[in-house]
Amino acid sequence: MTTNYETREHDVLIIGAGGAGLRASLEALAQGASVGVVCKSLLGKAHTVMAEGGIAAAMANVDAADNWKTHFRDTMRGGKFLNNWRMAQLHAQESPDRVRELEQWGALFDRTENGDILQRAFGGHTFKRLCHVGDRTGLEMIRTLQDRGVQQGIDVYMECTVTRLLTDSGRVAGAFAYWRETGRLIVFKAKSIVIATGGIGKAWRITSNSWEYTGDGMALAYEAGAELMDMEFVQFHPTGMVWPPGVQGILVTEAVRGEGGILRNKAGERFMEKYDPKRMELSTRDVVARSIYTEVKEGRGTEHGGAYLDISHKPAEYVKKKLPSMYHQFKELADVDITKGPMEVGPTCHYMMGGIRVDAETTQSTILGLFAAGEAAAGLHGSNRLGGNSLSDLLVFGRRAGLFAAEYAKRASPASIDSVQIEQAEKELLAPFSSTGAESPYAIHRDLQEVMQNLVGIYRTKEDLQRALVELEKLKALAAKAGVEGSRLFNPGWHLSYDLRAMFIVSEAVTHSALARTESRGAHSRIDYPNLDTVWEKKHNIIVRESGAMKRRESPVEELPEELKRILAQD
Amino acid sequence: MAEATLRVFRGDSNNGKTIDYRVPVAPGMVVLDALHYIQGYLAPDLAVRWNCKAGKCGSCSAEVNGRPRLTCKTRMDELPQDQPITVLPMKSFPRIKDLVTDVSWNYRVNRKIPAFAPRSGVEWKISQLDVDRVQEFRKCIECFLCQDVCHVLREHDKKEQFAGPRFFVRIAGLEMHPLDAHNRAGLLKDQLGLGLCNITKCCTEVCPEEIRITDNAIIPLKERVVDEFYDPLTMFFRKIRGR
Repeated sequence: MTTNYETREHDVLIIGAGGAGLRASLEALAQGASVGVVCKSLLGKAHTVMAEGGIAAAMANVDAADNWKTHFRDTMRGGKFLNNWRMAQLHAQESPDRVRELEQWGALFDRTENGDILQRAFGGHTFKRLCHVGDRTGLEMIRTLQDRGVQQGIDVYMECTVTRLLTDSGRVAGAFAYWRETGRLIVFKAKSIVIATGGIGKAWRITSNSWEYTGDGMALAYEAGAELMDMEFVQFHPTGMVWPPGVQGILVTEAVRGEGGILRNKAGERFMEKYDPKRMELSTRDVVARSIYTEVKEGRGTEHGGAYLDISHKPAEYVKKKLPSMYHQFKELADVDITKGPMEVGPTCHYMMGGIRVDAETTQSTILGLFAAGEAAAGLHGSNRLGGNSLSDLLVFGRRAGLFAAEYAKRASPASIDSVQIEQAEKELLAPFSSTGAESPYAIHRDLQEVMQNLVGIYRTKEDLQRALVELEKLKALAAKAGVEGSRLFNPGWHLSYDLRAMFIVSEAVTHSALARTESRGAHSRIDYPNLDTVWEKKHNIIVRESGAMKRRESPVEELPEELKRILAQD
Repeated sequence: MAEATLRVFRGDSNNGKTIDYRVPVAPGMVVLDALHYIQGYLAPDLAVRWNCKAGKCGSCSAEVNGRPRLTCKTRMDELPQDQPITVLPMKSFPRIKDLVTDVSWNYRVNRKIPAFAPRSGVEWKISQLDVDRVQEFRKCIECFLCQDVCHVLREHDKKEQFAGPRFFVRIAGLEMHPLDAHNRAGLLKDQLGLGLCNITKCCTEVCPEEIRITDNAIIPLKERVVDEFYDPLTMFFRKIRGR
């Protein structure tokens, strides 16, 4: 049907240019591979830029007693032991080196009095562990990686969306994509591919995520036959903005609590005393999010349905210095001076613990030549991620993905590109232009967000989840007929109609997995099964496509070696 | 609910005109919310760049009522509601479609700048005071509003000779990094056109991160170039040393 596309060839193709994608590209380049990076936005705008609080790494600059073992234990406990132990171990052991490396590439962190990298307290971390730059750590990280990438000569394909992975007898051969600006088509030939596309938050109405986080990478991998894992574990960050309406869901960094912020309900009670008297505001995110939700549900919420978060007891200059972007965000968007009064906050969909199932050492998925790192990959965080562990995740496993994808590419013989797959991908991508359906992709997206928000939220029940599956089917049918207006030139309505397809895949995967897991663990809370379950403690949910349909399987949690069990048992 | 009229540029690199859209105004609403409303209900193919919607990524730059701004940080209630709010693409860059412009030139300029290079054998100890000074420059979110407003680029289109405020900020961050070994003064003078800036401070005025671009980045860099190339004593020694 078509030869109407340009072709580019790389040893390693990286999809996504956030922290994980950029770190992977630097490593693959260092291995001598030819590297292409594809991203949906302009370079430097990925969601890593929004990460605020810091990078968790047991460097022991502030608390001398910290070490990788404690970081490992905190991570496993935070994830309620569903984490892949080997990933948690590698992450804890390697993150200090990854932070030092960033510094050697020009990142400037806040300092201790000795001139070392300063570290702050964060939820679930035993020691002060988060290396940070005020409350804009992610910006520092992405700019450092981006500038190094530019210097090292990575080829970046900006504003380009991959809609299909191309395979050759069970292994990766390339990717089919389109330029967002022109709507023209592009085919990448690659020996290996790294998926670093981030999360799925845009399927919920109240979210801290931008338009990009529609689960593309997970959907691409799933459609190519890779396994997804732990999809029921969606993190609701306890503190998003709740007022005014336009800013609902925008992140309020955990660093506010790390720096001493206090949560209160409308009666002025410090309610975390009830839910986690030991760790209080610095409890894990799953616990704090449920606590705020419960306070509001039981009528003790603030005027706009949230909780108060107060840091105004600290000196104003200190707040402005340590939380500058929070200060500006509230002042400019909500008319609140956080040095003088409390913020109103409530849970917001923030992060996906589940994702593409990968090998701990190499990050390879269940498809040969397909790797995944960062939020798009599952395993490290188990059922709940600790704050600060995502930036370190991006660096540790981004590097590993780049390394092993490049090594794989060195050994791999060239795969062949199947023109039938390309034709099929083109047909699907352009279908909305010839659709007669009146439904707008924006309207369908709004409905999808309502379904996920109301039925697959913080607290779940069998009835809600079953209803969600029915609603998702109906919306999928509508989406298949959705039409678009205008041309292929930078057309967001058309772009969204493809993103919807990915969002439906991940939303279904989340809902199926959540329905199956009849227990409450970490971020997954079932009202009808409120307790931890010893059987589910030992099982992962796996989602895979078989004969064109979504199937769920269970897979045993890998047993820890004795040496690590001993670390976990310590206090 | 109150309503406002947004007068938005619609068109591509060749043609275009403004079109008026009526949008409901909610409390605390920003211009980007209004643009999203237009996409969601009135014109699904309206091209707009955005990401974080919290002033941290610098994607949603446009000219609102004639002023270069981040649309995610421009409150509707601070604009006069009795007349249409005009939203135009950044003027200094070629138009692609609607509010989206071709900013790729910026990425090409960035490639000319030598990255951070630590002095050899350096000990990685830095004082907070030194960090504070440089962090101001590293706050830059690359919204390119300073590039848009700068008359050297906007009126005189000197993109081949002049890097623009954004990249002077980047270089200031590198040059003032306490452990950096490179010297970029020659590059600033010969290739990046620092001398073309006549310190009108327009860039500082539009910077959403409140970086004091002119005072803290550009002027110190100009001083560096002067010290390096125009200081009479240095010039004399250079002459007698033959380099």
